[in-house]
Amino acid sequence: MIDKRCPSVAEAVADIPDGATVMVGGFGASGSPIELIHALIDHGARDLTVINNNTGNGEVGLAALIGNGQVCKMICSFPRSSQSKVFPELYKQGRIELELVPQGTLAERIRAAGAGIPAFYTPTTVGTVLAEGKEVREFDGRPYVMEPWLQADFALVKCEMADPVGNLTYNKTARNFSPLMCMAARTTIVQARKLVPAGGIDPEHVVTPGIFVNRIVEVTDPVHEDLLIAAGRSYP
Amino acid sequence: MSAGWTREQMAARAAQDIPDGSYVNLGIGIPELVAKFVPEGREFIYHTENGMLGMGPPPSEDERDLDLMNAGKKYVTALPGAAYFHHADSFSMIRGGHIDVCVLGTMQVAANGDIANWSTGEPGAIPAVGGAMDLVQGVKNIYVITQHTTKTGEPKLVERCSYPLTGLGVVSRIYTDLAVVDVTARGFRVIELAPGVTFEEVERKTGAPIMPAE
Repeated sequence: MIDKRCPSVAEAVADIPDGATVMVGGFGASGSPIELIHALIDHGARDLTVINNNTGNGEVGLAALIGNGQVCKMICSFPRSSQSKVFPELYKQGRIELELVPQGTLAERIRAAGAGIPAFYTPTTVGTVLAEGKEVREFDGRPYVMEPWLQADFALVKCEMADPVGNLTYNKTARNFSPLMCMAARTTIVQARKLVPAGGIDPEHVVTPGIFVNRIVEVTDPVHEDLLIAAGRSYP
Repeated sequence: MSAGWTREQMAARAAQDIPDGSYVNLGIGIPELVAKFVPEGREFIYHTENGMLGMGPPPSEDERDLDLMNAGKKYVTALPGAAYFHHADSFSMIRGGHIDVCVLGTMQVAANGDIANWSTGEPGAIPAVGGAMDLVQGVKNIYVITQHTTKTGEPKLVERCSYPLTGLGVVSRIYTDLAVVDVTARGFRVIELAPGVTFEEVERKTGAPIMPAE
């Protein structure tokens, strides 16, 4: 029987090389795979391009990965928030690159990569500075901007329940970009709050089918970014 | 000191124009207040672009779930009949024209319906767009709630936006502290004045030609 379980978060991320493109699930704090990100900090891969909606908060999780100097470029829709300090400082010093992508276009570029569609046309950004230099084409008399797919070497994702085959469910709005990233990355690494035997998830309730998942680590009591920040924690 | 509507009254006035059964997306700030003023006998279903339909009010401390947030990253609740979905589905609802009304705040709105609400374009500022450009292109009706002028008295309703655009020709109606204003093929037209406000005051505080109510 197929078994994608991996014994530890350290082993799960051990082959991420310098220069890799890494998708990280989560929208702000919800769905952020903190344990996998911290394992990537311990692992030390550098010159990473990271794809996430935001740039992390406080000095834990994604913000800590950026603060540790491991990220050379962020691809995101909203790189600042009330609690994000690390990225804004590095950006103002010119030490990190930013590709700003509207949120829906970011989601669709990731989905397109997973679906084998190299580009698509969207009405989003037509006539704005974010469309500059991009192909515009009319369909039924209305202009649309061409956007390319967004592929990645690895995806780091947090889910609620997983089985050894890689079928996943999520919890509430923690789902966000994660199912799309599982499809788009060459290697998808998942931390699951609960591992169940095959058959433990009703096939009707599977959100991400196991074909999109490569490695699963059980993290039974995941830390939450908001609680770490409230406690004044930093990583490492 | 002029008369006019408060933030709550602006939100309540906007809520009156949303039909029963509408799927509604509310922006951060004054637009969020619309949910407090749903007219008697009507039901709106709230969409939050991070992946939920059927969003409810903020939770009590006891019912707070750290995995249940809105697009403003505030904790919310789920009403009976709610649904969760991933981001590509969420923005398919937006871009695909399935959301009926979006109420947004803004920095500027132009007489041709252009909106600028994501960036001042200042050098050195960190650009952040989120879902604003998807929402203004995809949602059927784009309503704006805003003070009529900036804190320094500059008009926010202008002939042409000077800030970087979010979308072109997308706004249909504007609710300010002074008036309700439609964007028509011939430019701004007042459709209702706030109590104690004259058309002349609105005209003086608007940065483009504006027509009186018919």
